[in-house]
Amino acid sequence: MAADPPIEVRGLVKRYGAIVAVDHVDLTVQAGDVYGYLGPNGAGKTTSLRMMLGLIRPTEGHVRLFGRDPLLGVHALEGVAGFVEAPQFYPYMSGRRNLELLAAYDGAGASGRVDQALATVELSGRAGDRVGGYSHGMRQRLGIAGALLRAPKLLLLDEPATGLDPAGMRDMRVLIRRLADEGMTVLLSSHLLPEVEELCNRVAIVRSGKIVYEGAIAELKRGAGTAYRLATTDDERALAVCRAQRGLGEVTVEHGYITFSADATAAAELSQALVEAGALIKVLAPETVTLEDLFFSLTEGDGQAPGPVDGAAPSVVPS
Amino acid sequence: MNPGVATVYRWELRKLRYQKRTYLGLGLAVIVPIIFVAAVSFKNNGPHDVAFGDYVDRSGLAVPLVILLFGAIWMFPLIAALVAGDIVASEDHNGTLKTILTRSLDRGQIFTGKALAATTYAIVAILLDGIVSIVAGCLKSGFNPLQSLSGTVVSAPKGLELVFVSLLVYLIPILAIVCIGLLLSTVTHNSAAAVVGTLMFSLIIQLIAILPGLGGAQPYLLSTQFNAWQGLLRTPTDWDPIIRAAWVCALYGLPALGAAYLVFLRRDVAGG
Repeated sequence: MAADPPIEVRGLVKRYGAIVAVDHVDLTVQAGDVYGYLGPNGAGKTTSLRMMLGLIRPTEGHVRLFGRDPLLGVHALEGVAGFVEAPQFYPYMSGRRNLELLAAYDGAGASGRVDQALATVELSGRAGDRVGGYSHGMRQRLGIAGALLRAPKLLLLDEPATGLDPAGMRDMRVLIRRLADEGMTVLLSSHLLPEVEELCNRVAIVRSGKIVYEGAIAELKRGAGTAYRLATTDDERALAVCRAQRGLGEVTVEHGYITFSADATAAAELSQALVEAGALIKVLAPETVTLEDLFFSLTEGDGQAPGPVDGAAPSVVPS
Repeated sequence: MNPGVATVYRWELRKLRYQKRTYLGLGLAVIVPIIFVAAVSFKNNGPHDVAFGDYVDRSGLAVPLVILLFGAIWMFPLIAALVAGDIVASEDHNGTLKTILTRSLDRGQIFTGKALAATTYAIVAILLDGIVSIVAGCLKSGFNPLQSLSGTVVSAPKGLELVFVSLLVYLIPILAIVCIGLLLSTVTHNSAAAVVGTLMFSLIIQLIAILPGLGGAQPYLLSTQFNAWQGLLRTPTDWDPIIRAAWVCALYGLPALGAAYLVFLRRDVAGG
């Protein structure tokens, strides 16, 4: 029998009165994934993470961590660590004291990992200072150190780079990348697209509590195809050629350019057809659809990824 | 070693040592008897309108008993509430509750450790107050025999023993206050509201006690139980008020404690 996935969420709903914060979310995080849980602020990411960690009870649906239900007790959190929103500590105690407390609450040899965790997040030098005097970035790093004490197989991080300066963001990404390379499965909520694009292999894009896309980033981008911009010596004729050409997505005219989506082969075949029709190419430029384009089209538009070609549509969940 | 209630208890006590409010309550417990003895020394006689008030000049052992009578109105409930009302709510407010609830300890273990720490604090405060009262009183009026409420005189060592047992009996209603503080701390998520709420509860019960026409309810009010220890200072010892204090306080405290426990176990930790 296959091992239970690190995270399996089915039909998860959280309602606060009339407000539906999380609306029938399904997702599966497989071992080794660096999974991006992506959505604008207020989309229900933190609420979902709280349910995954057993901090709040779902209205409907369930969460399983390695097959265990976090509502049935903390044994479900064995091998699991992380934080929701900004990690919080006792401000009147030092960073080291805080970690010692958490290690005592973890048991299982966590106390022996305090020094190593501090070193990993490069806080050894400030470990004796009260957390009340730490910067936001230092607290975020202490949050990661606190998670590492549990020697987790699964790390859940809620917006780990939010509020950090550019250098802090870069360091955080390097750290998460390193942990993932060491074999940790990571679920990372974020509204920062470059972070997700750089770190994650899979994403769930969430909008108003609902998942509008779940799958591999590469598949999402491939499914969206590549948009091209075209200008020729005879655009009228070129437009007719484009519309007749196989393998091209919807052909439109925007800002004086003919635009369409196509894969590289279809674009090459088009160039030949244009020459044969006597419309000589002045510009034929690919415009790769970025994760950002996809994100905005999924979270602000009609919930459809832009320009899918030839049935290679990503598994967009109708909202 | 596997973590458990003892782990939480130890760390809760350690956290209390770092916090100012801990010393506010303990400071109050220390300073009030000292101020009282200084005031009595200055006036050269004790308060006449309160039991044992007339004896403070004759025996230092009367001082802790007078302080117990005065302290019942607001001081000891406040000291107990300072920690009991804060111990869950402050973690809610600071967002540290989510930090500790995602480790390897069950919510029940965390709550129990916290409840034990709040109880320990109340016990330490009362005993510290008692010890300071005895020392300050004896420095002023000497370690002399004590006159009981029945008029008989007990020797100083026997008087000392009675004072200590009185302090322990006094802890019974204090622990009921701790339970109510824990409930408010758990449900309000707000430290100030829980501390003030606990104190208000105690004060309102005292006010109810002086309402006319409620004489029949008097023995069952929480405020009355603060005087149960006086049964020890009668000859022969009157155990009735002490036994009643035990079950009346249990009726106040245990449902509050049980409700706090259940709420803590099931509630959403959505703050922070």
